[in-house]
Amino acid sequence: MKPAPFEYHAPDSIEQAVELYSQYNDEAKILAGGQSLVPAMNFRVVQPSVLVDLNRVSELSYIREDGDVLRIGSMARERHLEFDSLIPKWAPLLAEAVHFIAHPQIRNRGTIGGSIVNADPAAELPVLMVALNARLKAKNKSGERWISAPDFFVGMFTTALEPDEILVEIELPVSFPRTGWSFVEVAPRAGDYAMMGVAALVTVDEAGKCGNAKLVYLNAGEGPVEAKEAEQLLEGEALNDELMESVAVKASQEEINPFGNIHASPEFQRHLANVLTKKALKQALQRAGETS
Amino acid sequence: MTQSIPITVTVNEKDYRREVEPRMLLSDFLRHELGLTGTHVGCEHGVCGACTILFDGESARSCLMFAVQADGHNITTVEGLAKDKDNLHPLQQSFWEAHGLQCGYCTPGILMSMIPFLKQHPDPTEEEIRHALSGNLCRCTGYQHIVDAVKLAAEKMK
Repeated sequence: MKPAPFEYHAPDSIEQAVELYSQYNDEAKILAGGQSLVPAMNFRVVQPSVLVDLNRVSELSYIREDGDVLRIGSMARERHLEFDSLIPKWAPLLAEAVHFIAHPQIRNRGTIGGSIVNADPAAELPVLMVALNARLKAKNKSGERWISAPDFFVGMFTTALEPDEILVEIELPVSFPRTGWSFVEVAPRAGDYAMMGVAALVTVDEAGKCGNAKLVYLNAGEGPVEAKEAEQLLEGEALNDELMESVAVKASQEEINPFGNIHASPEFQRHLANVLTKKALKQALQRAGETS
Repeated sequence: MTQSIPITVTVNEKDYRREVEPRMLLSDFLRHELGLTGTHVGCEHGVCGACTILFDGESARSCLMFAVQADGHNITTVEGLAKDKDNLHPLQQSFWEAHGLQCGYCTPGILMSMIPFLKQHPDPTEEEIRHALSGNLCRCTGYQHIVDAVKLAAEKMK
């Protein structure tokens, strides 16, 4: 229950961090908030020989508006997302969901970038990044590149980052006219990993017909699972109980692939997905009307 | 190769200088290097909350941080709450009066979680209290008397 020995570096600029990280390549791990990495190190499931700690890189901790996007530094704490006034204003889905991430004691340390790069299929932030169509900026010694969230999550605890790349910024589009949102999940206890959860975004026109829709599930497969066929059922249609049922059935029975765990069988997870889909759609529809 | 890194940490308003190996957890640093054994170690993977401290005024799991990360930072442990045993912090006094503990193992972590909570919620509802306690496990009390103690503390601290 104690970490194996490692070499420690705490750079205070992005340039230094990138330089150090590239020197060690596969041997090094980035230490962000440490709320998933340190437990794994305590169990010795993970034994990096070098840690590059980003906690002193203050230039990576920010939330700011920039035209029609919101820019969030990868070291912004989850607690920062919870209390910054820009988040409810521009990313209400994120504002709603952030309260479901573990406990305040964890959110005080945990960072947006850390959770995204950890790519835990049961975590909230990866799902939110896909639902919000975020772009993620990766940096290494030779430069920077943008990766779209759906391309970023390539498998369980696996991302599209190269071994020498560091996630430095999250860019969220903020312009969603006539769009309602909802995030719902079910966990055994408040703050636990959820057995199932869904992030929903639905655009509704003046005639009450759905346009773009997003339904992205957590703990439903190897990464964030977007139910694309269920989303398409909504497009151009007015949302009524019958349609909601078909969408929920399509997503929960055909598109997600939950593995089950000690708290929930895959069948129960599918049942939860069905119920949560309808709950989220109802709430998103109502909010779309209010925000028009 | 074993690195030894000099750090200066302020704990309960006192400065400490030590040399630490990078892998030393902050919880072990407080207990073994500084002798502040009020911070308890339960699960060592961030679930039980027994090791909760204030890191720059905000609650955090000390088992999920390395001591070396605390260099230049300000920490409060349960030992920092009361001047001496006859002058308990109102939160501690409330736990005593409302029987908010049995074995006491989880208590320091709960106290350190409730200090910032009560600052942010000076007049909390029972639901808010229960939600705020969800990150701390107690295996004795069934939580009812802990909830009562936090309610009493909110009254005392008004």
